[in-house]
Amino acid sequence: MIGPDGQLSTGHVGRLARAPWWLLALALVATLFAWNVASSEVYADILRALLSGLWVTLAVTAVAFPLAIGLGLVAALGLLSPHPVRRNAALLYVQVARGVPILVQIFIAAFVVAPLSIEAAHALSGGRGPLGALRSADIPMAIWVVAALVFAYGAFEAETIRGGLTSLARGQAEAARALGLSRRQALRHVLLPQTFRRILPTLGNDLISLLKDSSLVSVLGVRDITQEARLYASATFRYTESLTLLALLYLALTLLLALGVKALEQRYRRHAA
Amino acid sequence: MPPRKLTISTERRVVLEARGLVKRYGAVTAVDGVSLEVRAGQVMAILGPSGSGKSTLLRCLNFLEVPDAGEVRLEDKVVHARDRELNALRARVGMVFQQFNLFPHLTVGENVALAPRTVRRLPRAAAAALARDLLARVGLADKADSPPSQLSGGQQQRAAIARALAMEPAALLFDEPTSALDPELTGEVLEVIRALAAEGRTMVVVTHEVAFARAVAHEVVFLDAGSVVEHGPAAQVIDRPTTERAKRFFRR
Repeated sequence: MIGPDGQLSTGHVGRLARAPWWLLALALVATLFAWNVASSEVYADILRALLSGLWVTLAVTAVAFPLAIGLGLVAALGLLSPHPVRRNAALLYVQVARGVPILVQIFIAAFVVAPLSIEAAHALSGGRGPLGALRSADIPMAIWVVAALVFAYGAFEAETIRGGLTSLARGQAEAARALGLSRRQALRHVLLPQTFRRILPTLGNDLISLLKDSSLVSVLGVRDITQEARLYASATFRYTESLTLLALLYLALTLLLALGVKALEQRYRRHAA
Repeated sequence: MPPRKLTISTERRVVLEARGLVKRYGAVTAVDGVSLEVRAGQVMAILGPSGSGKSTLLRCLNFLEVPDAGEVRLEDKVVHARDRELNALRARVGMVFQQFNLFPHLTVGENVALAPRTVRRLPRAAAAALARDLLARVGLADKADSPPSQLSGGQQQRAAIARALAMEPAALLFDEPTSALDPELTGEVLEVIRALAAEGRTMVVVTHEVAFARAVAHEVVFLDAGSVVEHGPAAQVIDRPTTERAKRFFRR
């Protein structure tokens, strides 16, 4: 695995052997399948149904991911804080969020946190005003699901960011502070930019995981592509076609993301070299 | 003004002063009650064997290590270990590290411009112009747009000196500035430090380069086991040390 130059490699391989054959095979299958879809009334019908849920899947992912990184950043700073209260609060959060299945967290958000929040809103407003008139139906289920995903993924991002920050040479923080930069300025201008470049591959993986886990919203009836596929399948009994198309759609999305992350990595590597 | 202990150029004002500094790591006392005064336009070299506490003492001067006892005064004001005071102290006291510690995600020019832009709040263009001037002064005019990784060690250290100068510091601290360099690269860095001394910069230099210290420093502090063993004009301490410990060190 490790070549004579000490570099990780897959052995001495030519250009032909290094070509992304797996991608070609996948593209071939996808093309055949697309041909099938295009020429079949059934597949075209399923695809139309799935596409109506596509924006939900994309929106849940696109909203939850940056929020999870923001929460993760706050928690990571807590994990590294010399302040015992902050550190313990961050540790508690990370352990809880990582230790409870995401599906369970979604259920808790929807069936425990949601009604409690409505009650709290009523109590705080004394039953008057817009808060007093709030009903659970006023807040879309998708909001609670996104909140649960942010909560769960924030813990992953916290660990990733903490790891990235501690992997930086100590001299970087010292040089920044020695110039008179405040803690906040040192983080913003010196430490975090380097950290994010370093953890980009991990963040890419997490984004892909989050896109896949966004399918969990379907258990609460939020109409993402998974929910649309289930609805179509149970209405028509075309499980094979619906679920195959669903899987391929996820695969297409995750491949696109993976390629995007790779391009970003290469861009940074060029700049850093 | 505080009472003056030193015999060297006492007519100059004290820029940076340490009184009874102590720094412990567990059972080890790295700096054991050190007092010193750095006067305007003077160069102080701190010499001593490895592990004598030279670097720790220097790092206590800008609180990269927070001393366990004693005080640091910058321009006659006592500095307390509070964030705001430390930021102000560090903005006035530049530091150059053994490992350069340039920021790898920024160009060389951005490295120099960062602190003026964020701490002194110079407009971006003014900070960039300042960076170009300073880089030209250390002989790196053509490297402003390069990433630090494309520079040699000597060039990186010169860029780090330009970065420290960009804050127009009242004093500059050098922590073994040539120890991480190949022998053929130390000369270009020492030359830059020598030029800064010639223009009357206030500096404290921790170094192993005894010849350089004798040529450039006005006064020398010889440290052993965390304490000042000898202290005086460079020629006197280096050529005619009085203590056994210093004699052995300089005889090499």
